[in-house]
Amino acid sequence: MENKQPKKGGSVSFSRVTAKQGAGASAQVGSGQVAANVHTYAAAEKMSQHTSTARKVKSGILKGLVYASGAIVCTVLLLIIGYIFARGIPGITAEFLTTQSSYVQDTIGILPNILNTLYIVLVAMAIVIPLGVCAAIYLNEYATNKKIVRLIGFAVETLTGIPSVIFGLVGMLFFIQMLGLQAGILAGGLTLVVMVLPTIISNTLESLKTVPNAYREGALALGSGKWHMIRTVVLPNSINGIITGCILAVGRIVGESAALLYTAGFGLILNSFMTALQSSSATLTVALYVYATERGEIDVAFSVATILMVLTLLLNIAANLSASKLGHKEK
Amino acid sequence: MNAFEIENLNLWYGEHHALHDICINIPANQVTALIGPSGCGKSTFLKVLNRMQDLVEGVRIEGKVMFGDQDIYAPKTDVDQLRTRVGMVFQKANPFPMSIYDNIAYGPRVHGIKKKDELDAIVEESLKGAALWDEVKDRLKRSALGLSGGQQQRLCIARALAVKPEVLLMDESTSALDPISTGQIEDLVGVLKRDYTVIMVTHNMQQAVRVSDYAAFFLLGDLVEFAKTDDLFNRPLDKRTADYVSGRFG
Repeated sequence: MENKQPKKGGSVSFSRVTAKQGAGASAQVGSGQVAANVHTYAAAEKMSQHTSTARKVKSGILKGLVYASGAIVCTVLLLIIGYIFARGIPGITAEFLTTQSSYVQDTIGILPNILNTLYIVLVAMAIVIPLGVCAAIYLNEYATNKKIVRLIGFAVETLTGIPSVIFGLVGMLFFIQMLGLQAGILAGGLTLVVMVLPTIISNTLESLKTVPNAYREGALALGSGKWHMIRTVVLPNSINGIITGCILAVGRIVGESAALLYTAGFGLILNSFMTALQSSSATLTVALYVYATERGEIDVAFSVATILMVLTLLLNIAANLSASKLGHKEK
Repeated sequence: MNAFEIENLNLWYGEHHALHDICINIPANQVTALIGPSGCGKSTFLKVLNRMQDLVEGVRIEGKVMFGDQDIYAPKTDVDQLRTRVGMVFQKANPFPMSIYDNIAYGPRVHGIKKKDELDAIVEESLKGAALWDEVKDRLKRSALGLSGGQQQRLCIARALAVKPEVLLMDESTSALDPISTGQIEDLVGVLKRDYTVIMVTHNMQQAVRVSDYAAFFLLGDLVEFAKTDDLFNRPLDKRTADYVSGRFG
């Protein structure tokens, strides 16, 4: 109440404080002059106490909110992980991991899907890494027409934000209907190339930009050719960032499903690499979708989800390791 | 003998006309200091000489720059080879983030020297040439970034010497250093002129007097006066030079 009515309440609180503190002070000094000084001093003290209490309350509330948000996020995350693991782990057996599903024996195994995920990562990364890294090197080191570089930069940013199902649609129309590929690892991998290319380019660009220009000038001033300069000075100093970007791209590929539904297909049959390129092959995420929706095997879907989560975790740890190595080098 | 003979050099950054009709013959095996207030074009001029200006966007250069009998702005000029013959040390030391040894060996490796004993010899010779050998000979494999500022700058000089240039361009190479390191590098320049042509940009008048044999005074993109250092500082022909070297502006 005192605080809400500053005029009245303020004076009330002042007089009360002087009554208390002034009593002690005048008892000691016994002078009206000094008592008046104590008066104002006490008022100042009270005000500073008042602001500091208000601040403490406010910062307490905010702290509480921050802690609550943090706690909620952590709890939700742990609940999701815990729930998936609790439902998924019991289904993970040696047979589940090392066989293919069979209607005859009525067993379910995800070996084909593990291999398909591996294949598609290999195909996509083998194409996208050289393509993306070289494009970024061109844009950062060679391109002189700033207008075109800005235009490409804008296109790259826009492509990064497009929902992956659209890449799937375009991939199906272009690679399968126009080029006549079969739905499989090749068509799916190529679609993923288009999808992660912008990410690889922008990650590599970022890494290249961290290399100081003084290094480039130093190398060129020694008579080094441009490509030699890039190879010996620019790339060694940005390679960790580039690798981190590539690992994160692998993570995106492992977790991708929408772009693959129409391009890689739903096949659950064990194929060799060469056959899988041109025949319908479901990756782990697509298999999860198939088991959860079409076959109604929810527990199988959870087991697949568990494996996917562990994979994602490992990839993130790997990305962090290579990133922290980068930080180490800069020190 | 002249290292550079330059006729009617004009340079534009976009619309900005930064160098006007520069004509100058820079003598070989001498130290030439380029002096003048900030923004007068002396660093710009220096970077013309090894075509580091090519890295600047929107730059346009006209005129004739002869290095020996070679027109360095002729279309058939091999820029990498030119930069090997005309070395450069920058304002701020820029060692590569690699070992001291690899820094020095960088240039020779660019030019195809791979044998270890050859590289060892070049590294030792270059570091001795830059008066750094005794300080670093026990830690050649350690990172160059661990050296002090003055040591890093002498390392950059050694790195430039390792490709056996004919000319050494120094762009305010002591401006970021303490007096002792500056003194060491000035002494070094005095020794280097026996084998090299040194062209240095400096803001420090005393340094120009101490170190250089010739001095060129630039002002607002014009070459006002070029003479023996002693003459330029003590008997300047142009009033603007007289005002500048006596400290009346700048």
